[in-house]
Amino acid sequence: MLPDSIRRLTRAWTVLVIIFLYAPLLLVVVNAFNSSKTFAFPPSGFTLRWWSDAWSSSGMWRALGNSVVVGLCATAIALVLGTMAAFAVQRHRFFGRQAISFLVVLPITLPGIVTGIALNATFTSALGATLGLATVIIGHATFCMVIVFNNAQARLRRLGPRLEDASADLGASNWQTFRFVTFPMMRGAIVAGAILAFALSFDEIVVTTFTSGPTVQTLPIWIFGNLFRPNQAPVINVVAATLTLVAVIPVWLSQRFGGDPATTRA
Amino acid sequence: MITAGRSSHRFRSRLSLAFLLIPPLAWLIVVYLGSLAVLLVSALWSTNSFTGAVVRTFTGDNIVRVLTDAVFRAATLRTVGIALAVTLICITLAVPLALYMAKVASPRVRLALVVAVTTPLWASYLVKAYAWRMLLSGQGPLAWVAGYTPGYGLVATVLTLTYLWLPYMVIPVFAAFERVPEDLIDASSDLGASGWTTLRTVMTPLVFPGIAAGSIFTFSLSMGDYIAVTIVGGKTQMLGNIIYGQLVTANNQPLAAALSLIPLFAIIGYLLAMRRTGALENV
Repeated sequence: MLPDSIRRLTRAWTVLVIIFLYAPLLLVVVNAFNSSKTFAFPPSGFTLRWWSDAWSSSGMWRALGNSVVVGLCATAIALVLGTMAAFAVQRHRFFGRQAISFLVVLPITLPGIVTGIALNATFTSALGATLGLATVIIGHATFCMVIVFNNAQARLRRLGPRLEDASADLGASNWQTFRFVTFPMMRGAIVAGAILAFALSFDEIVVTTFTSGPTVQTLPIWIFGNLFRPNQAPVINVVAATLTLVAVIPVWLSQRFGGDPATTRA
Repeated sequence: MITAGRSSHRFRSRLSLAFLLIPPLAWLIVVYLGSLAVLLVSALWSTNSFTGAVVRTFTGDNIVRVLTDAVFRAATLRTVGIALAVTLICITLAVPLALYMAKVASPRVRLALVVAVTTPLWASYLVKAYAWRMLLSGQGPLAWVAGYTPGYGLVATVLTLTYLWLPYMVIPVFAAFERVPEDLIDASSDLGASGWTTLRTVMTPLVFPGIAAGSIFTFSLSMGDYIAVTIVGGKTQMLGNIIYGQLVTANNQPLAAALSLIPLFAIIGYLLAMRRTGALENV
């Protein structure tokens, strides 16, 4: 047991840090209803006008559509490749296994700007390809793969090979073991990995900036492009508030299907 | 018969390994390592001064410029300074919070706090940076409540980056505190140590790898950032802004590549330094 002085101090500190974490998010939501066009504080009145303005913003909808397409494609690629890599590393012994574990996590350890510039140099200077949705998807799939890999591999390590060995001893084929033993135990981790991969792709801006070219906009690129335009501020505020409110969906989903909220994003 | 069966089993196991490993590995090697290789090589290319087209002949000019140019050096020092400041503030904010979560709070409060700390990670990065732009603006809530705001600049950049990366520090530190056995704390106090002495001499060494692990995130995420500083930094320039400017505004891809080697090597250096603390097993 820690003494009371430490318990009281850490409790007070915790309250302050939680306020620090949530006050800015609360402000975003409040400002979406602030009738002042400059969003001066305190709010001058309550209005829903910005919401109908945002609803009729065609640029926003197009960018949102692109974001969803990129997120779904990148997540699909990442799910297949990340899960395969996790099985290879956790269920086989081979030369260079450690090196592969390291290689796979590189894309999230290195900053987005390095990855972005590297992909940009490859696509434009080396390959002469045109930047567009496809290059964005390739870039996103690379770091999404890591997320899926991490989740799947952690689950496989925790499960251990015993049940799979038992299944094989009882005469199941590799496919049957995968279908009826391994996959059902892995499902939560794979779903959590997919949710996280989609969320990361949906929110990504740096790699996207360097791989999307001038014609394709995802939602973050669109927001960033309009952030400094005063006449777009009301629409940006509404989109910002919506994104903040929908952030509870993945939290709820991964708690429901993935278990353990603490380990899903870190 | 038995040996034949075993070797065919072995063969099949190798085959399934190849099937599992080759596609993801090919993707990572071709797309990712290939790109990093292109990045390294293109840092040695140059651009035609008339057309701006990339010229694929090797020259060390970009590297020399990156190492000697005063503007680049100032931006590098500023960026490293910001990354270290953000890391230190995150540690200060996270350690007491993580201690409370792991060793003081009831299980129910602990779970609520874990959710409370991780939920902001799902909110959009841009929205969070934008929230600080609203918060710190001249007519914003901070000026209204406190009558003072630091405005947009270096302080705002450090504050915003701290806000963005704080959960990445809290989670590994919390995990490290949670692994400290309760018996150890009791033993320390039975032997006459005060709470603060226990904290300093028993818990700190055990929690340090968690802090180091968190610092990898806060440091490297700050090193590469250029979006938050564009939103709240006013005229402040970090390395990322300069790299972006060289690529997009100046259209000098080789120089941008050479500049991006600075955060790359700074982070690899930081990772190697932190590896000694056992932080990498805690990431």
